[in-house]
Amino acid sequence: MKTFKGRVIAPGEISATALVSHGGLNTLASFQKALQFGDKKATCGDQNNKDIYGKQMAGKALCLPQTIGSTTGGLVLYCACSMGRQPACMLFSQPIDSLAGAGVILADVWLEGEHTKMPVIDSLGEEFLNYVQDGMTITIKPEGIVEVE
Amino acid sequence: MKLTKEQQAILDGKKGETLKKVMQTVIRYGELFGATKLVPVTSEYNHLVTSFGLKALDPVYDLMNKLIQEGVVSKQKFSCDPRPCDKNVPKNFLQNLIFNKFMYSKQDFYENQLKELGLLDESAFTCTSYMDEVGNKPNQGEVLSWAESSAVVYANSVLGARCNRNSGIMDIMGSILGYVPYFGLVTDEGRKASWIIEVKTTKKPEAQLLGSAIGMKVMEDVPYIKGLDKWLGKELDDATCTYLKDFGAATASNGAVGLYHIENLTPEAKEQGKKLVRKDAKVYVIDDAELQRVYGNYPVVWKNPNAKPKLCFMGCPHMSLEQLKSWTQKLEVALKQAGNKKVVIPTVFTAAPAVIKEFEKTDYAPKLKAMGVIVSYICPLMYMNNPLCGKMPVITSSNKLRTYTTARYYTDDEILVQITKGGKR
Repeated sequence: MKTFKGRVIAPGEISATALVSHGGLNTLASFQKALQFGDKKATCGDQNNKDIYGKQMAGKALCLPQTIGSTTGGLVLYCACSMGRQPACMLFSQPIDSLAGAGVILADVWLEGEHTKMPVIDSLGEEFLNYVQDGMTITIKPEGIVEVE
Repeated sequence: MKLTKEQQAILDGKKGETLKKVMQTVIRYGELFGATKLVPVTSEYNHLVTSFGLKALDPVYDLMNKLIQEGVVSKQKFSCDPRPCDKNVPKNFLQNLIFNKFMYSKQDFYENQLKELGLLDESAFTCTSYMDEVGNKPNQGEVLSWAESSAVVYANSVLGARCNRNSGIMDIMGSILGYVPYFGLVTDEGRKASWIIEVKTTKKPEAQLLGSAIGMKVMEDVPYIKGLDKWLGKELDDATCTYLKDFGAATASNGAVGLYHIENLTPEAKEQGKKLVRKDAKVYVIDDAELQRVYGNYPVVWKNPNAKPKLCFMGCPHMSLEQLKSWTQKLEVALKQAGNKKVVIPTVFTAAPAVIKEFEKTDYAPKLKAMGVIVSYICPLMYMNNPLCGKMPVITSSNKLRTYTTARYYTDDEILVQITKGGKR
């Protein structure tokens, strides 16, 4: 087991299975089909993301460097949270980008109910993304501590 | 964050609970990125990214309803990304049914919401609101609360405006408040380049390929591009602005670039030159082989990679007037050489409604129509976002469309061959 520490963007303690995107996560390309066509598993639809294309994102501990792509990204995350199709948590190796940051804050300020929650930690470092692999168990502890085993 | 008395009063709820939430949202957004203050939005108009009445976006419409009902709307009018449907664009029965009854069944409802929120006018639906014909063109130094990745990167880089890569919804929040957080691309420091790109190609690089290569490499960083002025010149004329529109959209969609500087060409690079480059900037050299490598790595996700294309989309982002004219000329020559009178693959050129209106006043419009090309205001991306199009072999020279859909990328020259000769050289 290895422990990492980052910055808490949205609080919460949770344990989930890791899903790792080593490249930037294109939020619109990844989520749009899932949101449009009622895919509760939120299967990743981004053909350019060889790591997670075709894999379930909902309920997973999504590990990534940052998000990229369309500026609809934030509202797409907001909608995913509102519909309960969001990852269990999002863990960024780098500082969070403006699109993901917007989505996380919009969800935190404007949505109500436990099903909309998504803990988010950023700045976990490059080593985090090098270490974590699909299927590992991720546990988020208080104060930005992330355990990977 | 240090707030003015007026801003603090809003945060304290003295102007209502909904506006308080808007302020909380914008402050928290800014604090994430180290903003210490809010600065006024100074552009005349705003631009929103969300133009589509997609059933899946109900949570967004609920939020907009709340804003409208509480009277929490912006004093700024705004343009908006393109509409997702146009009856002139080819669709089969099933696609029509899916578009109108399922996917975009909320289009009319949402457009009514946009009107209540401050839509400029019925024709303000385009991702290229900065075109002269459209009229939402910010000045250098103006602070914006825009979203739409291709418009933000253009406004920052080519026009010298100041705007972060805001997300949809955050765009309208900043406009409602009249303030955006002071961080990132709004600041002098945030506009400095952490990459030097050395363009060493033997011919003018394809805008969409070059943008893709740079976007994938630098991600959200600011690149300072050397060697491109050799091919583009030193003036921002119509052809160069068109090139930069397509180039920027590729940097923003294949990566997350919100601002680029081109040596001797873009406004800040002309004024400040190498002072814009950070001391620790990394270097990325792009030559012919590198562009070929990038092109060769694009996945082809058609079920049958050898399928005959059924549709060609050009104009993501929307084409400029100059582009519509030059493509009309190129098509005339290529069709004549091929011995054809009309394009051999159904082809749609997309542009802003105001650009189309101007184009229709020219002699080019009837020629393009006679060659079988459909000109539409549609958003090709929204058209293609459904499982039916996933099975459809669509070609494009837009790297943005390639990134978000199953459309297959070809260079402009290859597209010309495809649509005039059916791919035979």
